[in-house]
Amino acid sequence: MTLSILTIEAGKPFAAPLKKGLPLFASPVSAGFPSPADDYIERHLDLNELLIKHPTATFFVRVEGLSMINAGIKNGDILIVDKSLQPSNNNVVIAVLNGEFLVKTLHKRGNQTWLLAENPKYQPILITSETNFEIWGVVTSVIHNF
Amino acid sequence: MSELFALLDCNNFFASCERVFNPKLWGKPVVVLSNNDGCAIARSNEAKALGIKMGQPFFEWQHLLREHKVHVFSPNFPLYGDLSARTMAILHGWSENVEVYSIDEAFFTLNNEFIEDLETYCRQIRTHVKQWIGMPVSIGIAKTRTLAKVANELAKKHPEYRGVLELNEHNTEECLKKLPVGDVWGVGRRSSVKLKVYGIETAWDLIQKSDDWIRQKLTISGLRMVYELRGTACMEIEDLDDAKKHIISSRSFGRPVRKLSELKEAVASYMARAAEKLRSQHSMANVVTVYARSSLHTESYFGKSHTTVLPEPTNHTPTLIKAAHIGLEKIFEPDVAYKKAGIALSKFVPESFHQLNLFENDPARQKKQKLLKLIDSINLENGRHCVNFASTGFKKPWRMKQEFRSPNYTADWQQILKIKI
Repeated sequence: MTLSILTIEAGKPFAAPLKKGLPLFASPVSAGFPSPADDYIERHLDLNELLIKHPTATFFVRVEGLSMINAGIKNGDILIVDKSLQPSNNNVVIAVLNGEFLVKTLHKRGNQTWLLAENPKYQPILITSETNFEIWGVVTSVIHNF
Repeated sequence: MSELFALLDCNNFFASCERVFNPKLWGKPVVVLSNNDGCAIARSNEAKALGIKMGQPFFEWQHLLREHKVHVFSPNFPLYGDLSARTMAILHGWSENVEVYSIDEAFFTLNNEFIEDLETYCRQIRTHVKQWIGMPVSIGIAKTRTLAKVANELAKKHPEYRGVLELNEHNTEECLKKLPVGDVWGVGRRSSVKLKVYGIETAWDLIQKSDDWIRQKLTISGLRMVYELRGTACMEIEDLDDAKKHIISSRSFGRPVRKLSELKEAVASYMARAAEKLRSQHSMANVVTVYARSSLHTESYFGKSHTTVLPEPTNHTPTLIKAAHIGLEKIFEPDVAYKKAGIALSKFVPESFHQLNLFENDPARQKKQKLLKLIDSINLENGRHCVNFASTGFKKPWRMKQEFRSPNYTADWQQILKIKI
């Protein structure tokens, strides 16, 4: 039987930590020598630490499409989404519009709120008082595999 | 100044989990089915309004699906476990004494010496959980756990409380006068019928009776419950288990415990007792929670809990112990003087569920069950390797009927939320 394991830990990274971090060497290692560098391994680099500030509020989303190409979001990329952040002007956000998820740039101009695509082929969307609209989370990073 | 109890309860928890990653479900009727898609085990408010009852077999209300566009889901326990863990993690940041009571409920204490307005404080917790996780919760606050439960129910039922209600000297009487005695925690249906014979309709009527009268009619545990309703805290969390919903077993240690092996022994014995209880009421559990903590009165207070969602419901002692041990290993930290540990079983289904499944009466299946039990006991003696063998040898794609299961959004890279942009 396999068990799904979920740990409740306040203030600890929620996403599973790397099995083995990438060692950060304090000095270069020369090949062929019995390496004294082991003594200099000071800590391990943890990608979670770099990319995830609020593990409890962080979720991952995969995108399909090209509408955000000029923001560096390509077809098939994975977005890191932090739901704890208050969206500010020009943030890339996950928005919910009439029951649909969207990935757009939040843009405020005067009293107007716009959802912009980062691709000239797509029209901007003006948010009015009648729009059924909510920000689901703020995109903090994009993971692109070459 | 005093310490008060609060109960946080996620609203329609499984249905709300389904909504987090699916905005099409917002404001729509949502029902989560039991394993094998047998009956309703969670309903959104909209589904409740259509008259779909808790535990009602699927076929009885299947006709509503098209008529009212009811969205139906097979249970996605890994997702529910993940969102539960996130919710509890947030709560641990707001109170230093959190007792996870089940996958969707936790008691915590609040000190009104340091917190000016408890309702405002709890509304902040509520907003925090809603924004970070997308989970709606209700919180009840009172002098005792039993009253906190009452407050929570009221906060959930009446939108004007905006999800949070504190019972205090001004409003307790009014609330207890409105509370039917059968709705009080721990008063069974039989007892409530008996009490009505004596003209006791509400919780308020009950607490007017003399201690002797109550002890005679409802035994000592009934008397303790009445004390709690009167505002004197006298119950431990395990006294409150709701026969059908949870089984809790925990104890304080005679001396501080530091070794993992000793904690494991303690937890195994609590689990053995809880599993017996579970079998005696012919239930199987879907969720196992284990916790351990230091003394509450040390500066370096340590307390953690861990919730495991089982791949299928069980009342098999070795499987349950194994789940608790794996959880314990995850939360264990050395150099802590542990004062108390405990386990909780929750999200029950009746044993008869398995019998409802066609395949369960298959003699081959029964043979496999026997074999599984044998392997489990071998595992218990010989360690982990055999568990792997069992899991690979027993993949039965037909085992669980799960036609309407949502993706495993939080635990499988292949199934994370997809957005077309």
